[in-house]
Amino acid sequence: MATNNAYYIPHQATWPVVATVGLLTMLAGFANYLNGSPIGSTMMVIGLVIFIVMLAGWFTLQAGESESGMYSTQVGISYRMGMMWFIFSEIMFFAVFFGTLWYTRNLSVPWLGGEGTGAATKEFLWPAFEATWPTNGPGKVGGEFEAMGAWGLPFINTLLLLSSGVTLTWAHHGLLAKNRDQLIKGLIATVSLGFLFVAFQAMEYHEAYTEMGLTLGSGIYGSTFFMLTGFHGFHVCVGAIILSVVLFRTSKGHFTPENHFAFEAAAWYWHFVDVVWLGLFIFVYLM
Amino acid sequence: MAAVAEHDHDHEHHDHGPAKGILRWIVTTNHKDIGTLYLVFALAMFFVGGSMAMIIRAELFEPGMQFVEPQFFNSMTTMHALVMVFGAVMPAFVGLANWMIPMMIGAPDMALPRMNNMSFWLLVAGVLMLASTLFMEGGAPAGGWTLYPPLVLQTGAALPFAVFSVHLLGISSIMGAINIVSTIFNMRAPGMTLMKMPLFVWTWLITGFLLIAIMPVFAGGVTMLLTDKFFNTSFFDAAGGGDPVLYQHIFWFFGHPEVYVMILPTFGVASTIIPVFARKPLFGYSSMVYATASIAFLSFIVWAHHMFTVGLPIAGELYFMYSTMLIAIPTGVKVFNWTATMWKGSMTFETPMLFSIAFVVLFTMGGLTGLMMSLAPLDFQYHDTYFIVAHFHYTLVPASVFILMAAGYYWLPKWTGHMYNEKIGQLHFWLSAISVNILFFPQHFLGLAGMPRRIPDYAVQFADWNMISSIGGFIFGASQLLFLYIVIDTIRGGTGEKVTDEVWEDAAKHGLEWTLPSPVPYHTFATPPTLIPTEHI
Repeated sequence: MATNNAYYIPHQATWPVVATVGLLTMLAGFANYLNGSPIGSTMMVIGLVIFIVMLAGWFTLQAGESESGMYSTQVGISYRMGMMWFIFSEIMFFAVFFGTLWYTRNLSVPWLGGEGTGAATKEFLWPAFEATWPTNGPGKVGGEFEAMGAWGLPFINTLLLLSSGVTLTWAHHGLLAKNRDQLIKGLIATVSLGFLFVAFQAMEYHEAYTEMGLTLGSGIYGSTFFMLTGFHGFHVCVGAIILSVVLFRTSKGHFTPENHFAFEAAAWYWHFVDVVWLGLFIFVYLM
Repeated sequence: MAAVAEHDHDHEHHDHGPAKGILRWIVTTNHKDIGTLYLVFALAMFFVGGSMAMIIRAELFEPGMQFVEPQFFNSMTTMHALVMVFGAVMPAFVGLANWMIPMMIGAPDMALPRMNNMSFWLLVAGVLMLASTLFMEGGAPAGGWTLYPPLVLQTGAALPFAVFSVHLLGISSIMGAINIVSTIFNMRAPGMTLMKMPLFVWTWLITGFLLIAIMPVFAGGVTMLLTDKFFNTSFFDAAGGGDPVLYQHIFWFFGHPEVYVMILPTFGVASTIIPVFARKPLFGYSSMVYATASIAFLSFIVWAHHMFTVGLPIAGELYFMYSTMLIAIPTGVKVFNWTATMWKGSMTFETPMLFSIAFVVLFTMGGLTGLMMSLAPLDFQYHDTYFIVAHFHYTLVPASVFILMAAGYYWLPKWTGHMYNEKIGQLHFWLSAISVNILFFPQHFLGLAGMPRRIPDYAVQFADWNMISSIGGFIFGASQLLFLYIVIDTIRGGTGEKVTDEVWEDAAKHGLEWTLPSPVPYHTFATPPTLIPTEHI
């Protein structure tokens, strides 16, 4: 096995430790902020700055090593495996919130409404509660609200994300065919569609808060709605930032048809975010 | 940093030793260094968590309030569990994985060495954050390590810190697990096919998968605790249409595989040590692999057996009861195989073997009480009593912790090149094995008689067994100082006897690590090995 005879192992770097310090500062700051401590927000900003510097530094290091041809096939496979398992962990993270939606909607809310063995509970605690969806529970937590419909902005956003998957694949074909122009255009289109998605989602949230009375505090419907779409929106931002880095590297002349792990990883991540959105559109908006 | 980077840059990596000074340990990407860091950290946390256990046993020595406030007592039970699970047992096995897996599969290092470094430091950050809650207004979390709402939402300033420490520990575990899985899939030497891998590698492959699947689930669960407390969500609040029981489902969907994260590598080490001292190949290698995979699969579909008394629908009670009982089958296969490995073997009883045999016997006892509790109607009596405390401590202390001790005695000579003091090792074993039973066996009686867990005071009829249990606890705690002494002594030269590469008779037939020099050089397998030992198969 020729590749194994030339084992290559990346050398030491301080970035992992910097990343840890950044994360710790950010989270400790956030915890202090939640507890009402005045130093909280400052710590968060410091942690965020450290984290961003780390990202820039670590990405530069890896990109430089990759471009100078230091990575063997075996290292490339390690990176790909790492990315695949990372995406698997992300899927499990979203699974919790989808599971929460399923459980409350199909089990606990009907139980509160008297289904199963809940008849006595309903009778004595909340006789007036009717188990319907959407709901903010027997306590009408958060007050009157209107549920988010599927066919306005959410549907437009679905089309945007699906098209961004197409443009990204088009860019990938460009990369494989050594067509730089197609690669760059495809990436720009993808990143733009991603940020447009986020902008529309911000509009959707604004409408929910100002006109529909729908907030994070609107009982279980508001909780699951904003938690699922919020974490997804955050992941769209992360994916778009990663793709921007890839775009930046492309403009510097990086990547060849044989060697473009960063592009592949970003593309996998983007498609994952895409698929999660389809799940959201069906289970949060449509059903 | 610059000096180190320069030093490393553009050099052939396999020829030089570690960097000098403290920076070596901070920026290291060497799997042996990181393994050592994990093991040392885990040992330190073992004593921190152990001290908390001593406070608990001191308070329970006699009925009535003795030393600490009830709130602090509850913080101790909570923190003892969190520190032992996330700070001691899991990191110790990750440390063993770091040290041993590359050497066992003939790889030069882990697949993702920089991420490896970050995994370790995130662990330290997470534990620091958790420990900081001990000094906060309102005290450390005191609602039990399961962090059930609504009780845990009454935690004071500590709550967001506890939640974020879970996030940090989760990221650390996921990264560590991704690294281990990628290493096993991608870095094996030619000829080291999956079904030739030592069982320790197999069990860690499956454990790694479990970790990647469950840590995000726990992270999501505690995130909802945080938003329920600070951002007005209603996930676990029935008034808003949520359900506190939902948290229990989420927690135990994580929690049940989590306890197997601590036991599967234990099985792996036991399956590595027992054949060497029985001087026979492991009995039923492939059945061991399949049993491990079966246990891992089952761990995902049995979680609600932790919740039998919470008011599940009867169909749920029945389903989770029967699926839980199934676990006894692959576990029985394993115990049978270890016993059959020893059957008619030319056995010798060095310290690692003693701990391993004690593991087989005492883990079986913990397994049998587990089977008792899988029966939903019986569990109504056992639930939240000292019976469950006895059960899981039997599967953790004389199982996972004993096997960690065994692993220490077994591999220390390979790591350090020095032999440990066998006499003190045996003394440590016998003191531990006897005292651990004095400590935990009476807790079965207490639980059956109705003593609830997580209380600082109890009715007088529980006094005798509690006192005996506490005495066992103090002896067990003190005995572990012997282990600390032995580790330090061995690192500093031990018996002075020069150990061979094999260390244990014919060990090289069982694993690649014994073909390397003792102590192991800083870099190993710069080129892949050609001969793969197959005696363990």
